[in-house]
Amino acid sequence: MSAPAQGRVVRLAEAARAPVEFWFDGAPLRALQGDTVLTAILLSARALRDAEFGAETRAGFCLMGACQDCWVWPENGPRFRACSTLIEPGMRLQSQPPTAWTEKP
Amino acid sequence: MTARVLIVGAGPAGMRAAQTLCTAGLRPTVVDEAARAGGQIYRRPPDGFIRAPEALYGPEAAKARALHDMFDRICADDALDYVPGASVVGFADGRAQVLQDGKLRYLPYDRLILATGAMDRVAPVPGWQSGGVYTLGAAQIALKAQGVALGRQIVLAGSGPLLTLVAWQLMRAGAGLAAVLDTSSMATQLRGLPGMLARPGLIWRGARMRAGLGRLYHAGAELQQIETDANGPVRFHWRDARGRAQVTPCDMVGLGWHLRAETHLADLAGISLAYSRQWAQWLPCADGMGRANEGRYLAGDGLQILGADGAEIAGRLAAIACLQDLNLPAPSPQNDLRAKARMERFAQGLARSFPWPAQMVRNTDDSTMVCRCEGISAAELRAGATLGGDEANRVKSMARVGMGRCQGRYCQLIAAELIAEKAAISAEAAGRLRGQAPARPVPVDAYLSDTDR
Repeated sequence: MSAPAQGRVVRLAEAARAPVEFWFDGAPLRALQGDTVLTAILLSARALRDAEFGAETRAGFCLMGACQDCWVWPENGPRFRACSTLIEPGMRLQSQPPTAWTEKP
Repeated sequence: MTARVLIVGAGPAGMRAAQTLCTAGLRPTVVDEAARAGGQIYRRPPDGFIRAPEALYGPEAAKARALHDMFDRICADDALDYVPGASVVGFADGRAQVLQDGKLRYLPYDRLILATGAMDRVAPVPGWQSGGVYTLGAAQIALKAQGVALGRQIVLAGSGPLLTLVAWQLMRAGAGLAAVLDTSSMATQLRGLPGMLARPGLIWRGARMRAGLGRLYHAGAELQQIETDANGPVRFHWRDARGRAQVTPCDMVGLGWHLRAETHLADLAGISLAYSRQWAQWLPCADGMGRANEGRYLAGDGLQILGADGAEIAGRLAAIACLQDLNLPAPSPQNDLRAKARMERFAQGLARSFPWPAQMVRNTDDSTMVCRCEGISAAELRAGATLGGDEANRVKSMARVGMGRCQGRYCQLIAAELIAEKAAISAEAAGRLRGQAPARPVPVDAYLSDTDR
């Protein structure tokens, strides 16, 4: 289950919304209705994905759709920006692109 | 047939432009990327959030409320076509290409008003490519639209009005603020004061916020390194104004040196851009009303960085220019032009007080990343300049700086300084990256299923 102490993001207000359950990299997590996917994931995790060209992780940068740093992938379907997509119950998300989409083995 | 006016952006400029056109009896179309109108500074949280505007926008709550209510009203009156959650990605044949829900659609227009706003202007600090380093704007958006902080021990670094504002907002909301590092010295800040006296109320408000930060705020800081581990930032290394080495433990860093106009669509629309020494960036060319060229207008921070109040004025002015050019009755622009002149004096003061740290950027160590998207170091960029010549677009093709996901939004000004330093030329002479369509990444599927092209 979610382990808020491990997350990057800290909730300071607006905690009375309905809970939403979703999956990230196979693990069940909880967030609140109205959270963006970025908020939802980073409440429990430190990063959204790995960098393509470096050892570091990525956790979003601008939060306003300009940098495209926060892409995540649903298990089925095209990637989207975590900062500008709201979490939905039952979403199954992953930090890696589906293997069929990449040239990596 | 009445003119079809397309407004891109529903921040303060786009909203006021829409209102002005609606009042004149036109039916504009407003395309905006956000789910709800407001722009960045007056961004509204999703449904279900309950904080009052006073909590979200502080002293600007009344202005935010007035704008939101006005726009909701003209939408409810069905006086315009409002297309939220959609990105204009290019222009061709009198149509805007719009990406919405993963599909492309086309909006024909006769006249175009670009109100695309601005984004944080960032400079490289060693370690800034790590997850957990954000822009100042990101920290503010997280707080305002989500009620969250992006870390527990926060260091904010950079310069400009947003630095103090975001720090104060985070502190007031109970976030863990560890340090606020302003690269502008007190002496430099005082240099802009005469210009900023054009809006004394704002200076007073800023000074009070600054005072509220107490000993967390440091003017004249020299930023050295964001030390990171696998989880992100752990310590910020810096020197204070007296040159003493300081280390601040942290798990989140917010960076920003005032703003950079979002000019990608202006470029794609064929509007000329010119380097502004005052703002140390390329800005679209337009007359005092925001009139650029045949049927194209600009308003707000995407034209001239005057902030939200200036954007409301510029939105009205661009709409008035549009009405004048259509030979339709238009309100007098005189009061708005006078008010804008005052905003310009203030903005000039701001630019002088909180300058782009050109020398810091030029001194970037070889090992420091300058392009976050593609992971390009300063050494690789400099090698690209050796191979390709001292011109930004050549360096882009040699070193891939500006070829990543953000399309050069964040690295362009950094690259210009590094090329300029190497060639002993000005940043202006290093050149501007030519804007390429699409202005946002478009899934290939959207093109494949595009039957309307």
